[in-house]
Amino acid sequence: MPGNPQVAISAEHLVRRFGSFTAVDGVSFTVEPGEIFGFLGPNGSGKTTVIKMLTGLLPLTGGEANVLGIDVRKDPEGVRENIGYMSQNFSLYTDLTVTENLTFYGRVYGLPPERLRKRLHEIVELNGLGPYKDRLSAQLSGGWKQRLALGCAMLHEPKLIFLDEPTAGIDPVARRQLWDLLFELSGQGITFFVTTHYMDEAERCSHVAYIYFGKLLADGTPDALRELPEVQPQGTYRVEITAPQVTFALRHARMIPGIRSATIFGQSIHALIDDHLDLEHLRKQLEQEGIAVAEIRPLAPSLEDVFVELTTKRQGAQEAAGG
Amino acid sequence: MVNPFRGFSAIFYKETLHVRRDFATLFFSLIIPILQMFLLGYGIDTNIRQINTVVYNADGRQESRELLDRLKNSDTFRIYRFVNNDRDLNDAIISGKCRVGIKIPVDYSDKLLHQMSAQVLVLIDGSDSSVAGQAINVTTAIGLDESLRRVLGNTDQAFAVDMRPKVLFNPDSRSPNFLLPGLTAVLLLNVTTFLTAFSIVREKERGTLEQLFVTPVRPMGLLLGKLLPYLGIGFFELAMIVSAMRFLFRVPIHGNVVLLAFLSLPYIFVSLSLGILISSKATSQAHAMQLAFLTILPSVFFSGYIFPRETMPRFFYVLSYFVPASYFINITRGIILRGAGWGHLWIDALALFGMGTLLLIIAARRFHDKVIMA
Repeated sequence: MPGNPQVAISAEHLVRRFGSFTAVDGVSFTVEPGEIFGFLGPNGSGKTTVIKMLTGLLPLTGGEANVLGIDVRKDPEGVRENIGYMSQNFSLYTDLTVTENLTFYGRVYGLPPERLRKRLHEIVELNGLGPYKDRLSAQLSGGWKQRLALGCAMLHEPKLIFLDEPTAGIDPVARRQLWDLLFELSGQGITFFVTTHYMDEAERCSHVAYIYFGKLLADGTPDALRELPEVQPQGTYRVEITAPQVTFALRHARMIPGIRSATIFGQSIHALIDDHLDLEHLRKQLEQEGIAVAEIRPLAPSLEDVFVELTTKRQGAQEAAGG
Repeated sequence: MVNPFRGFSAIFYKETLHVRRDFATLFFSLIIPILQMFLLGYGIDTNIRQINTVVYNADGRQESRELLDRLKNSDTFRIYRFVNNDRDLNDAIISGKCRVGIKIPVDYSDKLLHQMSAQVLVLIDGSDSSVAGQAINVTTAIGLDESLRRVLGNTDQAFAVDMRPKVLFNPDSRSPNFLLPGLTAVLLLNVTTFLTAFSIVREKERGTLEQLFVTPVRPMGLLLGKLLPYLGIGFFELAMIVSAMRFLFRVPIHGNVVLLAFLSLPYIFVSLSLGILISSKATSQAHAMQLAFLTILPSVFFSGYIFPRETMPRFFYVLSYFVPASYFINITRGIILRGAGWGHLWIDALALFGMGTLLLIIAARRFHDKVIMA
């Protein structure tokens, strides 16, 4: 049984093979208690497989995993007993009311009636579900469904909650509210393991890992990742170039020597520039190419920049290795 | 210590709520069987009576009219029309208006008077074999009887051999008595398999099953929690069908109703396990529906419900041993019609229990490999 775990999750060299295919290839990371751990990566990169391994659904081909101090291989039931899990489609029973959904999950985790009643009350208060208590969950909007699903996942007061794409398909306001709630809960010491596709959500995490085709490419705080040498090589800096015709500008900007890479971000271009090309010269060069530059300003790399750089480098390495 | 039935009471609680919410499905799954019962109980009569018959009586004298009266009085034939030539006789059969044509030749009475053998032509439409068989039997019997009476004269002398057939258990050969006990088996399978398969596939579609796997609920707790409410429904339906059979269709129950209820348990167990097996394969409710229909066909055709198993070609006869409904039909007919007891039927119950266990094991395995590990 869990003692007082020093870490929430420790994964060491996780490997999972399906036949000859290696879905997860030597993944290691550590999640501290109270962290919001963002687990990112494209579809099919092994995110779900890692979650299934950590929750004891998929046996490990190799490596070790401890969740809340419990060895996943020895006691998968013990792990499931102590964690909360919310899947991407807020797995609620739509023909049951809010209270009934909560009661069901309370019973699943074996809460005694007195504690169940107390927790039910607390969850309804915390998530603001009061007015909807007796409503069928089918009649709730996306944001409320998600709050209810989160409520179901934390009814038994787990110290660690897995959220698999918790904000897919809900409106921006509800998304913001959910994150506010997550911050509040993590302040109380609850650890969150979150997968997401939204980069702005990744920026909010206190710890981020990026998995790409079974391999972990990055692991650290968002700020630490921004300063990785692969992302921000020595002798370079990053700028945001605002120009009226971005696609035209991008095509020409890429031909200027001293611009290492450039990508469109909305109405502007993010570019990685050699130190010897200063802002003055850069502006001149761009104008010579016929680009009407509105503004150039230095920029710290976003997490999206980080992942784009890491992915491109990895693809390049793979092509070089593959011949 | 890990409790293998962990989560059972939670799942049971939730399933009963589903059943209460989805009243429409429940209503239809209970009402449609009753409608089917009415259809089969009142609408279908497998006894052949009043076959449309066309008659060409070329003779027309008293002897020929006596013969026709005897045919009419047998209740098997109904004289639909008289014709005056062979062509019309043939046409009436070919067009399907009549199944049987009887031609009495012009010299019928003369031959009888001269103690010679008189021939009567009986044309029978063979497109429905049971009608044809009945027509042959009855006309042959009437011919034989007529001949014997003429040979023996009007003396009071008894026949040398007097066969006295007596039909046991269903003396009037009423169709409902024969059909409804069998129908019970088919309907029960129908409803319970469908309901279980749907209830699990629905969770697959919604993604709630995936969620349950990440909770401490154990597979056996999940399956049992799901099965028990539907076992209750199956039982309720059985009670409904048996009551309707007894009080609406007046089928006498010769055996023990409690024994019937008890022996239906292994059968309901089989159909529930079948439902779980289907749900481990099906990806959507429509898919589950198709697979469930696949299980219903053999229980209708190879179980002895409509066609006697003993007359099936060897292959299908062997196949019928693998159809659960075969055993349960033997149980229902045994208890309801023949007043059979535990001593006569325990083997059928055991076979059903074995099948159910086997199916549940296969289903649980498949569930583990294809659903949880997928």
